[in-house]
Amino acid sequence: MFAHRHLLGIEQLSAPDISQILDLADSYVALNRQRDKRTEKLRGLTQINLFFESSTRTQISFELAGKRLGADVMNMAMQASSMRKGETLIDTALTLNAMHPDLLVVRHHSSGAVALLAEKVNCAVLNAGDGRHEHPTQALLDALTIRRRKGRLQRLTIAICGDIANSRVARSNILCLNKMENRVRVIAPPTLLPAGIERFGVEVFTDMKAGLKDCDVVMMLRIQNERLTGAAIPSTREYFHRWGLTAEKLAVAKDDAIVMHPGPMNRGVEIDAEVADDITRSVIQEQVEMGVAVRMAVLDLLAGNLGGDA
Amino acid sequence: MPAPLFLTNARLIDPATGYDGPGALKVSGGLIEEIVKGASPAPGPESSDGAVIDCGGAVLAPGIVDMRVFVGEPGARHRESFRSAGEAAAAGGITTFVAQPETDPPLDDPALVQFALARAREVSPVRVHAMGALTKGLKGAEMTEQQFLLDAGAVALTDGDHAIADARVMRACMAYAAALDTLIVHHPQEPALSRGACATSGEFASRLGLPSVPAIAERIMLERDLALVESTGARYHADMLSTAGALAPLARAREAGLKVTAGVSIHHLTLNEFDIADYRSFFKLAPPLRAETDREAVVAALAEGLIDVIVSSHLPWDEEAKRLPFEEAATGAVGLETFLPACLRLVHDGRLSLVRLFECAALNPARILGLPGGRLTPGAPADLVLFDPDAPFVLDRETLRSRSKNTPFDRTRMQGRVRGAWVAGKRIFAE
Repeated sequence: MFAHRHLLGIEQLSAPDISQILDLADSYVALNRQRDKRTEKLRGLTQINLFFESSTRTQISFELAGKRLGADVMNMAMQASSMRKGETLIDTALTLNAMHPDLLVVRHHSSGAVALLAEKVNCAVLNAGDGRHEHPTQALLDALTIRRRKGRLQRLTIAICGDIANSRVARSNILCLNKMENRVRVIAPPTLLPAGIERFGVEVFTDMKAGLKDCDVVMMLRIQNERLTGAAIPSTREYFHRWGLTAEKLAVAKDDAIVMHPGPMNRGVEIDAEVADDITRSVIQEQVEMGVAVRMAVLDLLAGNLGGDA
Repeated sequence: MPAPLFLTNARLIDPATGYDGPGALKVSGGLIEEIVKGASPAPGPESSDGAVIDCGGAVLAPGIVDMRVFVGEPGARHRESFRSAGEAAAAGGITTFVAQPETDPPLDDPALVQFALARAREVSPVRVHAMGALTKGLKGAEMTEQQFLLDAGAVALTDGDHAIADARVMRACMAYAAALDTLIVHHPQEPALSRGACATSGEFASRLGLPSVPAIAERIMLERDLALVESTGARYHADMLSTAGALAPLARAREAGLKVTAGVSIHHLTLNEFDIADYRSFFKLAPPLRAETDREAVVAALAEGLIDVIVSSHLPWDEEAKRLPFEEAATGAVGLETFLPACLRLVHDGRLSLVRLFECAALNPARILGLPGGRLTPGAPADLVLFDPDAPFVLDRETLRSRSKNTPFDRTRMQGRVRGAWVAGKRIFAE
């Protein structure tokens, strides 16, 4: 039994909820490594991936997750859709609702938009990222990666580095890691820290080496070059010099510290290629694998709460 | 000449004298003729030739003067017409309102001001005035014809929600206005800092992931304006202050004797940033709702006399404009019909006396705009509101008379019902 109808954010989840998802996801990791990866758990159910903001990785991950569980999966790229022209989000929601989907995976460029949509439909809604607000499955897949690598998901020191201000990944991860009782740090230039960050239950650093000291986990965030250069950072090369993760800066973390990144990476901006590709430290490929398993677990749990004959 | 009207057995509130007590009013020829203070016996013998209304102990006060109302004429009548705004105002005890120039086209030309005022006179049950635009097209670049706009009937000049970023333009507007004694009304928000923002910077907006503006954007613009007032001698009104940081510079300008007044919207007096939780777009306002400490500070400033005026900042939007994700939804809320009960929250909380409330909602705006109303003085226009300050109700937005229903108070418990309203002695609303 899972106590939620939708997955709108980490904020609504309790620590046992998170553990429940990760435990189930562990079993799907095993399944996904077999030759026959298919189950029939979601047979007969329709999953629609509704992406108002394009994201090949996340969309494919959700698509694969649904298909491996036996659901009928449909992708709707709303950026290209005529439905988008002059139609409000709520109209779109009502139109889709009339087609009786069971699971709606939504990404939208506005914070709160996925929750708004969830109010208007009868099916289960999964937030695949809303504005700068939350990206819960990313935080869950990061948590699963850490738990498998470190053998636990508590009492770890975890640094999140980069564009905290604009990142929904950072928000969801801060919530998730705090709920699991870890020590969370954020490291960024002041222009990329959101107002009031010190009240999020994190330690705030503007210096990489100070923030990375004795960390178990280093999470790097993507820098959106086009949007930030000149406005929040002077140049990517200066950013790399001060806040880019290099082997030298990583040396102050624990010897067995792992390096994570939600992708896609800008090598030479937020992370040095040498670190990104170091198979002893970087778990970036593993995060992608965990992504499919975590999304399968969430789809499975939410499907279990759907009415008998909706 | 119509027979006189007697309003007896009332609790009179007169902000001009500070009187709060039992009494009766005699109205004739559209004006207040006589005020009888003290528990009044039955109306005197001379009243036999006029109508008598027993107020039953309810509060009788000067009709509210609202300095900041958006009406969609010309250009957006589906959002609000002068008729619907007038009826909503009457039901809210607002007997005079000032229409903002942010119409389509904006009121930046004397003929447009005349058109709007003529339309209003034709259909609105309450008195309507208008502010003209301060710059052409509200673009903040070129001055409008100040003298001609005033001659056409504009009571003040403003660019409404559009803050004038260019200090050179603002300086010219003020310097010119000083010679004409034009009142300049400005919305002090530093526009570069507030661009795209829909919340106030802080922990809460950051958790919601909403683009936000630091509270200092208000203070920065106000301080610039006050420096310009000091150097030009203009008469200046800051239309809506909402942050603690803006109060110290305002107080300094007052002490220095500058001709500066300030207002605050009822929403910023009664709501705070936490109301935007769950991304409810009816709470998306400009300026955005503030921290509770800011709300507390502006309530205190209002009670102490530093802030002079309360406005409804009535801004109607149709359903489509608000049924959107928070960031994309339209900014603003209707306020005419909920103005008085919302203000009465401050009275019931012991923050404001009824006399102070009517100073800020009737007398001061009338004085600032040079209008004769806002007081219970013999010879003043008989613009009146009768209300029961305690009567409880739950607001249902569908019952609003405004064409748009975007109120932040839907399904909220409120206290204070308007029983009647009069303009020039003529009853325009009866519950």
